[in-house]
Amino acid sequence: MARRTMQETVHTTIRHKARSGESSPKSIGFLVILWLAILFALVFLTVLIVTTFIDGWNRLDSRLFTEYPASDPEDAGARPAILGSLWVIGTTALMTIPLGVAAAIHMEEFANRHHWFSRIVEVNVQNLAAIPAVIYGMLTLGAMGLMGVSNKNQVWVGALALSMLILPVVIIATRESLRAVPSEIRQGSLAVGATPLQTVVRNTLPAAVPGIATGSILALSRALGEAAPLLLLGGLVFLSFDPNGLTSGYTTMPIQIFNWTSRPQAGFHELAAAASVLLLVMLLAMNALAILIRNRYQKRW
Amino acid sequence: MTTKLPKFAASGAFALSAALLLAACGGTSDDADGAEASSSAAAGGSGLSGTIAADGSSTVAPLTEAAADAYRDVEADVQVTVATSGTGGGFAAFCANETDISDASRPIKDEEADLCAEAGVEFTEIIIANDGLSVVVNPENDWAQCLTTEQLATIWAPESEGEVMSWADVDPSFPDEPLTLYGAGTDSGTFDYFTDVINGEEGASRTDYSPSEDDNVTIQGVSGELGAMGYFGLSYLEENPDIIKGVEIDGGEGCVYPSTETVQDGSYSPLGRPLFIYVNNANYAEKPELRDFIDYYVSNSGDIAESALFVPLTDDQVETAESELASLVN
Repeated sequence: MARRTMQETVHTTIRHKARSGESSPKSIGFLVILWLAILFALVFLTVLIVTTFIDGWNRLDSRLFTEYPASDPEDAGARPAILGSLWVIGTTALMTIPLGVAAAIHMEEFANRHHWFSRIVEVNVQNLAAIPAVIYGMLTLGAMGLMGVSNKNQVWVGALALSMLILPVVIIATRESLRAVPSEIRQGSLAVGATPLQTVVRNTLPAAVPGIATGSILALSRALGEAAPLLLLGGLVFLSFDPNGLTSGYTTMPIQIFNWTSRPQAGFHELAAAASVLLLVMLLAMNALAILIRNRYQKRW
Repeated sequence: MTTKLPKFAASGAFALSAALLLAACGGTSDDADGAEASSSAAAGGSGLSGTIAADGSSTVAPLTEAAADAYRDVEADVQVTVATSGTGGGFAAFCANETDISDASRPIKDEEADLCAEAGVEFTEIIIANDGLSVVVNPENDWAQCLTTEQLATIWAPESEGEVMSWADVDPSFPDEPLTLYGAGTDSGTFDYFTDVINGEEGASRTDYSPSEDDNVTIQGVSGELGAMGYFGLSYLEENPDIIKGVEIDGGEGCVYPSTETVQDGSYSPLGRPLFIYVNNANYAEKPELRDFIDYYVSNSGDIAESALFVPLTDDQVETAESELASLVN
C-alpha cells in the first residue's frame, strides 16, 4: 500500500513539473519546431499528390485499365501491370499470412521463451523487419540461382521476395495482437478442460483476428508499393498478355510507373501520374479497410 | 455477444483468403479464362501458345514491343515478354539460354559470342531496322554543308561547355556567328547514341544546350536562328525538309547526306547504324510460336520500324533475313 502511494506521489510531481515546463520559452520553441516539421511534411505531401493528380487527370480513364503498354502513349495502358500487381499480392498474401500467423502462434503460445533457440529467432524476426527491401530481392535472386530457375520473371518468384519482405511484419503484428488477449481467456479455457491447441484455435486466435487482419493488410500494402526487389528479379518487362497464373510473367504497377517516368515522351509521364493516382487509391483503400476492421472488431478487455 | 464479432471477422478473413486461393487456382488450371480477358483478338491464327522471352537494348525494345503488341491480334495466346537490360545485359541472358531473342543496337562482341559458344547457344543475327540521326542547321546557314565527326565532337564535347560558343571556334573559316545548340534530352536513346559515337562515351555531352524530348522544339529553334544547330532522328528531317537543313557528315570516308537510302546502304556512318535482333537457333527450330513470331516480326518490320520512327529495312535486307531464318528450319 505504501509503495502504491509513493508511486503516485512520484507521478504527480513529474506531471506537475511537466506542466510548469510547458510554458517555458524552450518548450514553446520546441513545440513551434514540431509544428513546422508537421506543416512542412503535410505541405510537401499535398503538393506532391495535387501535382500528380493534375498531371494524370487526362489519362485517368478506361484506357488505363483496358490497354496494354505501347510505344504510343495515347494507346498505352497499365492492364498487365494492374493484373500483375493483383496476382503478385494475392500470391504473397497466401504464402505469408498462414506462415506468419503460425510462426507467431508458436512463438507466443507454445515455444519456451527462455530457450536459446527461441531467443535467437525472436531477435532475428525483429531485425529482419528493418532490412531494406532490395536485400530480399538479392536473396531471392541468389536462391533462384541455386535452384537453377533461369526464368525469374514469374509471379511466384516475385511473390516469394515480397513474402520474405513482409513475413517479419506479419509475425510481429500477430504476436502483438495475441499478446493483447488477456491470459484469463486462456486460463478459463484450459480450466474447463480444453487442450492448449483447442484454446488457441477456439479462443485466443479468434480474439486476435482484428489485429492480425490489420497488421497483414498494412504489410500487404507495403508489398504492393514495392518496386526494388522486383526490379532485381526481372520485373521490368513489357508484357503483351495478361498475367494469368503462378508461373506467368508479370510486371507490377510501381514498376510500370518507373518504366514510364524514364521514357522521353511527355505522354508517358502523364500516364505514369495517372497510374500513380490509381496505385495511391488502391493503397488508401487497403489502409481504410485495415482501419475499418480495427475499429469495428477490436475489443477492449 | 462479444465473442460473436471476432468470429465473424475470422470467417471474413477466411473467405478472403479462400477467394484469393480460388482466383489463384482458376488461373493456373484453366487458361481459357481469357473470356474475361476481353482481348479483341479473334481466336484466329493457328492456335499457337507458349512464351517468348526477349531482352536487350532499350533502343531496339520499342520495335520488339510494337511487334509483340501487334502479334497479340494474330496469336492471342502467345505470351511475349520484352525486358530492357541493355545490349550487353541482353547478350548475357541470351548466352545463358534464358531468352529466345536478344535486342541489340550493335553487333555481338567476340567475348560475348564466346560465352554463347561455351553454353552451346547457337544464334542468328538479323538486321531488323536501320537507325539514323541527322544533324540539322538553319536553311540560311551556307557554311556548314558538311561537318566531320571531329568538328561535331569539338562542338558537343563536355570540355566545350562555355568554350566553343561561336562557329568560328569550331573552324576558323566559319563566320563568327553565335552557336545555339539544341539536342536530345538525356533520357532518350538518341542522346545515348549521339554521345556514344560523337563524344566517344555514352552520356558524355556538354550541358549548355537546350535539351528537349519534343523534337518539334528543336525544329522550331533551329529554323528560327541562323547560328543554331540540333540533332535528332532522321525521320524529323525528312518530314521538315523546307525549314531545316540536313548537314552532310564526314566520318572519314567523305561527306554523306543523311537520307533513308544512305542509312540503308550503310554509307551514312557513324550516325547511321543497323539495329539487330539475335535469335536462338535451337529454340527457333523447336518452338513453333517463336518461329511464327519472328517470321511475323521480319515480314512486318517495315511498318513496325516506321511506327517507331526508325528507318525500315530494304527489300534486300528483308530477303536476307528471311533466307537466313529459312535455313534454320531445314
